[in-house]
Amino acid sequence: MQSQLPFYPEQASNFAPHVDALMLFITGICLFFAVAITAAIVIFFFKYHRKKPDDVGVPIEGDSRLEAAWMVIPLILAMAMFGWGAVVYVDYRHAPQDTLDVYVIGKQWMWKAQQPNGMKEINELHVPVGRNIRLILASEDVIHDFFVPAFRVKMDVVPGHYNTMWFRPTKPGRYHFFCSQYCGTNHAIMGGWVTVMEPSDYAAWLSGSSGGSADPVVAGEKLFAEKACATCHVANGAGRAPSLNGVYGAPVLLADGSTVTADESYIRESILQPNAKIVAGYQPLMPTFQGQLTEEQILALTAYIKSLQSQPVPAKGAGIAPPTGKK
Amino acid sequence: MPHEDYLNAAYGIRSWLLTTDHKRIALLWLGSVTFFFFIGGIFATMIRIHLLTPTGALVTPETYNKLFTMHGVAMIFFFLIPSIPAVLGNFLIPMMIGAKDLAFPKINLLSWYIYMIGGCFVLYSFGTGGLDTGWTFYTPLSSVYSNSAVTPAVIGIFINGFSSILTGLNFIVTIHTMRAPGMTWFRLPLFAWAHYATSLVMILGTPVVAITLLLAGLERMFHLGFFNPALGGDPILFQHLFWFYSHPAVYIMVLPAMGVVSEIIPTFARKPIFGYSFIAGSSIAIAVIGFLVWAHHMFVTGESTYAALTFSFLSYLVAIPSAVKVFNWTSTLYKGSISWDTPMLYALGFIGLFVIGGLTGLFLACLGLDIHIHDTYFVVAHFHYIMVGGAVMGYVGGIHFWWPKITGRLYPEALSRAAAVTLFVGFNLTFFPQFILGYLGMPRRYHTYPPEFQVLNVLSTAGASILALGYLLPMLYLAWSMRYGKVAGKNPWPATGLEWTTDSPPPTENFHVTPEVTWEPYDYQNRPDLGLAAGSPLPAPAHGDD
Repeated sequence: MQSQLPFYPEQASNFAPHVDALMLFITGICLFFAVAITAAIVIFFFKYHRKKPDDVGVPIEGDSRLEAAWMVIPLILAMAMFGWGAVVYVDYRHAPQDTLDVYVIGKQWMWKAQQPNGMKEINELHVPVGRNIRLILASEDVIHDFFVPAFRVKMDVVPGHYNTMWFRPTKPGRYHFFCSQYCGTNHAIMGGWVTVMEPSDYAAWLSGSSGGSADPVVAGEKLFAEKACATCHVANGAGRAPSLNGVYGAPVLLADGSTVTADESYIRESILQPNAKIVAGYQPLMPTFQGQLTEEQILALTAYIKSLQSQPVPAKGAGIAPPTGKK
Repeated sequence: MPHEDYLNAAYGIRSWLLTTDHKRIALLWLGSVTFFFFIGGIFATMIRIHLLTPTGALVTPETYNKLFTMHGVAMIFFFLIPSIPAVLGNFLIPMMIGAKDLAFPKINLLSWYIYMIGGCFVLYSFGTGGLDTGWTFYTPLSSVYSNSAVTPAVIGIFINGFSSILTGLNFIVTIHTMRAPGMTWFRLPLFAWAHYATSLVMILGTPVVAITLLLAGLERMFHLGFFNPALGGDPILFQHLFWFYSHPAVYIMVLPAMGVVSEIIPTFARKPIFGYSFIAGSSIAIAVIGFLVWAHHMFVTGESTYAALTFSFLSYLVAIPSAVKVFNWTSTLYKGSISWDTPMLYALGFIGLFVIGGLTGLFLACLGLDIHIHDTYFVVAHFHYIMVGGAVMGYVGGIHFWWPKITGRLYPEALSRAAAVTLFVGFNLTFFPQFILGYLGMPRRYHTYPPEFQVLNVLSTAGASILALGYLLPMLYLAWSMRYGKVAGKNPWPATGLEWTTDSPPPTENFHVTPEVTWEPYDYQNRPDLGLAAGSPLPAPAHGDD
């Protein structure tokens, strides 16, 4: 993308100006110290060069005030770097509510992305400019990392976990993305392009070639039936397992008295390790689906469960399991 | 040579392989770590040649991945970690404190044999399929997916760990129990303080990485689910355990180099080091705080925001004792009598490169910046500035400083100064462009890269050719000097340490009579035996902390 020799990549996300400003701030402070120390060494090196072979230096043992100064001042500056860096990071790790969610799956050595309507892409990612985009990242095998230099953000893609990352593209264009966690033989070619489009172009692109058959909600609904999930997870809450209607995003009361928010990670964990978190009032009856579902199937099930959000909330259950559930 | 010394005390291969003399064992180490440095250096050369073109000029992707993995394993576990402690520490610590040997001479020899056995396993891995996991052995890539010879490599590193542990133990016991009369803790050379701190890290950290790699090996061999999520394990657990050692391991590499620099600077400025107790204390502070920063390698693994905040904060704290050292070294130069001898050039080069390496650590410790530069060439540049610019400069500088003591000979001074400058320039040309490459977004461990990154890669490779020359020159003239160099005498610089009061090369028992220390460290004022214009320039205006 860059033809000349630039010192930073294009700024194409909400984070890019912040990260670059941090970079300039820290570079400025560090440059000051590096230049000051180098200058002192060079000046002393020549000024105090030994005149006669048997000369010795002036014995100066130390100075406590100087020691205090060069501990406290760098510490204050370091805390400024820490604080500012923390602000940017906390923002990055907490996605806003109104995100457009795209699933991204890494596997040796390719990336698969799935748009909310089910449209799939390989080594490409299309997103609209100006929208908050959240990527939900899963790996089929080893650890990968989704890195977009122009957006200044990356996140590891860890098997067995869902990680999420978010950004708001600010400039239409095509930008490299890379795998930046070493993942084996073809690590270096496990990359592609993010295409940032005007919202209208994005909508046209989405409708252009997508088919309803690829809708993850439809696929998830089919799996939900195939795997007999509905036998226990009865919609009206009368089953042996909690109803899943409206559960996504809601707080869930657990048997140990704690509460978790039912996000993608929770749903994933509940499918793969059902006994890890038992909903209050229910028995640990569910078998594990570890090793029986691909990452894409888990994503489809998750998408389906998320879609139950809009359905009427049943009288009993209501996503938050009542502590007085059936014995 | 007229007098008997440790080199001519006995002859024959058995007198070396069965020796318990710490000085001879140090030379065994010198030979073996130099061998691994060569191996690692050859891999590095091939890496740099390969990266001359965006599509890769030399080898296949598989081979490239093996090259950087084996480069890292050879250099870190078999060169950098043992280099200064096992060669210079072994040779010097007993002499610096006025002892005849280390506390456990046979265990000292055992350390070397353990290292050699571990080294054989690793060479076997390199020779039979190679290793392509990265030196970090991240799971489940290493424990499940890699098709290379992972098992012998992790066994080799596991075995090698015991060598480190035993060396650390030996140093700690020696420094505690074998100091000569008058050698109080605050008269210890700072080299000994640095090695004391290093030994703490070796003893406390090494068992963790040894067990971690063993677990990864067991998972690979017997499909036990420690780290593989398909078997119920957690890949992130591996990273916590691995970095719990491998971050402090950076301090195993750089603390001894700081010890070397703390000896060289007062010697060639001919004055006491500025802030002795602060430099000594900062070594301990680095060793202790260094154990509390490991998860800064994991800011983008999805670790909790609170964990990230904590580890970022602690990482900034560990920068302070390093800064204290740099400021004190620089202040020592003030009103010194500075010579431009080769060891001093290395020590000052060390400061310059360590400052850049240390300051760029502040960029990586910054959470908001790490989300961009993590796992890019910025990291590669940063840790090479610390480990090569820091640890290797310190090691080579230390070899030059104590070469007259080790061999009894001087090397050609003009040539060695030229080599020091070559090394410094070559190093910067090689690694500085990589900071920019990293910020531009080039990820690490790429055998092929987009064409816009080529200019900086070519620059880096060009610099590497100068750097290689800077390493080859000392190997040649140091070897030459062993036979043809000028005879050095006891104390050519002159320096104030106890090791310089005995013959060069020293006798087997180090000192003909047990020395007694009556002077403060780096004191040029009350040492008429050094033959200098002692106490002449000014009446001592000594003030300050101790």
